[in-house]
Amino acid sequence: MLEEALLGDGILKGMAETARNFFGSYVSKDRLTTVEYPEQRIPTAENARVFPFLVYDGADWEAGMRCVACQICEKECPPKCIYIEKSADKKPDYVGKAQFYPKRFDIDISVCMSCQICVEVCPFEAIKMDTQFELATTDRFGGLLYDRKELSRSNEYYHEIHPTEATEVDARLAEEKAKLEAKAKAAAEAAAAKAAAAATQPATPAKADSPAPAAPQPSPLSPTDPAKPAGGES
Amino acid sequence: MSVADMKLERPAGWNRPPVIEPSGEGELLELAMGPHHPSTHGVFRMDVALDGENVIRLKPVFGYLHRNHEKIAEGASYLASMPYTDRLDYFCSLTNNWAYALAVEKLVGQEVPERAEYIRVILAELTRIQNHAASIGFLIQEMGASGTPLMYAFKEREKILDLFESLTGSRMMCNYMRFGGCRVDVSAPWLDAARKVVAGLSQFVDEFEALLSTNEILMARCQGMGILRPELAVNAGVSGPMLRATGVNYDIRKVDHYGIYDRFQFRVPLGDHGDIYDRYMVRILEMRESIKILEQALPQIPAGPIMDPKAKIRGFRPKPGEAYGRIEAPKGELGFYLISDGGPNPYRYRVRPPSLINLTILEDMCLGHNVADVVLIFGSVDIVLGEVDR
Repeated sequence: MLEEALLGDGILKGMAETARNFFGSYVSKDRLTTVEYPEQRIPTAENARVFPFLVYDGADWEAGMRCVACQICEKECPPKCIYIEKSADKKPDYVGKAQFYPKRFDIDISVCMSCQICVEVCPFEAIKMDTQFELATTDRFGGLLYDRKELSRSNEYYHEIHPTEATEVDARLAEEKAKLEAKAKAAAEAAAAKAAAAATQPATPAKADSPAPAAPQPSPLSPTDPAKPAGGES
Repeated sequence: MSVADMKLERPAGWNRPPVIEPSGEGELLELAMGPHHPSTHGVFRMDVALDGENVIRLKPVFGYLHRNHEKIAEGASYLASMPYTDRLDYFCSLTNNWAYALAVEKLVGQEVPERAEYIRVILAELTRIQNHAASIGFLIQEMGASGTPLMYAFKEREKILDLFESLTGSRMMCNYMRFGGCRVDVSAPWLDAARKVVAGLSQFVDEFEALLSTNEILMARCQGMGILRPELAVNAGVSGPMLRATGVNYDIRKVDHYGIYDRFQFRVPLGDHGDIYDRYMVRILEMRESIKILEQALPQIPAGPIMDPKAKIRGFRPKPGEAYGRIEAPKGELGFYLISDGGPNPYRYRVRPPSLINLTILEDMCLGHNVADVVLIFGSVDIVLGEVDR
């Protein structure tokens, strides 16, 4: 029985399949799937992720850094590869509110496992995932420990690598800023109305009305805001 | 104690093959196959005692890739364990994610929106196809056909991994499921791309079968080799294609009806002999059934949210209790057992890995075969050392 089977029908059938693929690779793109890296490159997927970077607005990385050193990512990072030291002083953030900033922000990318949980938990849209993967270095200690300067990338760069996501983030930030400004305006108006009311005695209804539009707004920067979708969507 | 001196203790009712007695001609040769052996898929050692070419004892030695996964998870938040589960069976990170998410959802009584359930099924079945394709490719590689079948399998796997990358951001370490849904929504272009890939999958399985199934060398080396009997398989807790190849009809998708699997028409392929060829064939047929599920799930996918709005990402503290969530992972029953004491991290976190438990009966399958077949039998178990050792 074995001799009969070993006549080689199945082998020939398999060989025919191989030949079909071999010659097919000259005519059909589907059958030739390899590329000759590094001369040829496949564009990376838009939401590919490698290692995190810190986003800054404007031209100066230090002044425009969005990170406010809240240390949520440091706490949530599964392999604990983030190290943050909070500043003693404050600097204005993108809405002009005084916030702390990271005096030190180190990521040990030899430990980082590219899970992007830091991106998901960051309420300030400050940390995002890079797509740069050719990061070989000969220095395996210092060369793999990135400080905040090495980690910072401009918002324009973020737009370049994750266009859809970055546009959404920008829209969200602009909306929050508009909300905050409206709230500040409403508060200012309320204060003005209150002052006016104090000057002209009664007029309590005006005071009750004016802060009303601003009052039900939840704090847009609340870290536990459930309406905020997890980061990284596109 | 040397391997050759070990006496196998066999409790009553434990169906093991009879002890192979040495022929008595010459001495036994003790050989350590591994931990760095091209056939071991990683770092794993088989201490074999050989009488000529025949294996008369075999002792699997695990633990070279132990990474303390369970203890790390006890000190980390529930969410922080999710990316670690990717690294258990790194071929099937999405099913690992699902099993863990299922266990946590059971623990807190979390509902999952319908769209997310569909996405999970689609991704799990794609994972099953690419895992089976790769595992068959490796099996044939171990038979000595270096390259060709493996590259066929990887060509198709690559298309599926591209889908994973464009959706989850990573090809293998997807970290995609969340408690109460999924992390990002699938877009219409992604679904179109998935449909295109799925449409090409049956052609791939046909080609793969034409290449391999009737190949005389494959048949001569696989049929009647490494027979696992159903009684032993059930007693040893073997699951997945390994178990079904012995003829035991047990598929957790059908048994537990987890997710939305009862909405789809699919059959559970069963083997007859429990040899390597049956395992190969069951995997091929499972790929075909998975394609059927995908063809049903992709057009049906409803609109809607992908995350339960009540789900919490941060500040997640389940009530005290315990839960065991299990799914039919490509390699078998993958379960996560969690005990919560009400804190932000699990009190106990335990993985029931299919690879490890399927590997425990390696000796029973290998006794009496020669060394070259041990490599093949080992390959047919389909293990990933990341999951065996955790």
